[in-house]
Amino acid sequence: MNAHAFEPLIVGFFCHYCAYASADLAGSMRFQYPPNIRIIRTPCTGRLEIEYYLRAFENGADGVLVAGCLEGGCHFIEGNLVAKRRVNQTRDILAEIGIEKERLRMVNISAAMGRPLVDIIIDMIKTVRELGPNPLKSTNGNKKEQKDFVQT
Amino acid sequence: MIVAERKTIPELIEILQGHKKVLVLGCGTCVTVCLAGGEREVSIISSALRIASRLASSSLEIEELTIERQCDNVFIEKAAEAIERNDAVLSLGCGAGVQAIAERYPEKPVYAGLNTAFLGILEERAVWTEKCVACGACVLHEYGGICPITRCAKHMLNGPCGGSREDRCEVMPDRPCAWQLIYRRLKGIGQLDRLKQIKPPKNWNASIHGGPRVIVREDHRI
Repeated sequence: MNAHAFEPLIVGFFCHYCAYASADLAGSMRFQYPPNIRIIRTPCTGRLEIEYYLRAFENGADGVLVAGCLEGGCHFIEGNLVAKRRVNQTRDILAEIGIEKERLRMVNISAAMGRPLVDIIIDMIKTVRELGPNPLKSTNGNKKEQKDFVQT
Repeated sequence: MIVAERKTIPELIEILQGHKKVLVLGCGTCVTVCLAGGEREVSIISSALRIASRLASSSLEIEELTIERQCDNVFIEKAAEAIERNDAVLSLGCGAGVQAIAERYPEKPVYAGLNTAFLGILEERAVWTEKCVACGACVLHEYGGICPITRCAKHMLNGPCGGSREDRCEVMPDRPCAWQLIYRRLKGIGQLDRLKQIKPPKNWNASIHGGPRVIVREDHRI
């Protein structure tokens, strides 16, 4: 692979009760997924605020993947539905400020979906790779983040 | 409650053009309740502004602060230092809040980050509806507590216009006909005979048409 090819950095906000467990399952089953994703475990996707997504982009993420439970299967009844609305709202804000809304995606998976999760991650990376780097990285204000990004 | 809505981020970027350090100032009263200018919205708008300004190759330095109430000098005091150390203030208060701060700081540009919309209530989760136009001469007692001036699209004071269809307003078919509501309400409280009185045209002197209004309470003045 070309050493200078663009490798997207995806921040994954994964729900403790489903997506995080399915990532675990993928590991146990020896399914490999690209190292471009940095998974952050959250107690519920409903815990995530709009600012979290915006801050991720502000700090240099090329994409954000939010993975919550299947609809109807939230441990906290409707946290994933709250998250869905917030993600949609954030996508509108991103479009408003000139960042492609496809960089933020929410998916619903269960703890048993190890293989589908890997496919979702691969697809997300493909989408972001086609979109190119986070446009903020080409601006002067983000030199520090770019440096940090390389180091991580 | 005063209900407001955020301006778009490109609009805000244009408004803030030429400033380097901006204080995004939220208000903890009405606009917090209507999810337009509270602490959370300050955080979201600030983040969006930072991203948008960087994309436009201008580096906007943003400070975030939310005070209890922007339309009151006692609370504005708490933002004094923050206002001093920034080039401009983007107020996420209602129109009254923006002007209260602008009056207090004659040397500081103060901009409105919201469009103040109306006096209303939370009808259901995330739906606010207008209930009062602050006309200055309340007639609610005559209409069973439902304001025909605000809630009837034609501001009819003497009965429905005849255009309503199945309880719905002719002008806004997704809203109920105010006169249908008034009739039901007056029937429910046994005051239907109120509708027999013909109301003269409303005196609008007490409204904004006579210039900005002032209320002075001599008994409370020091």
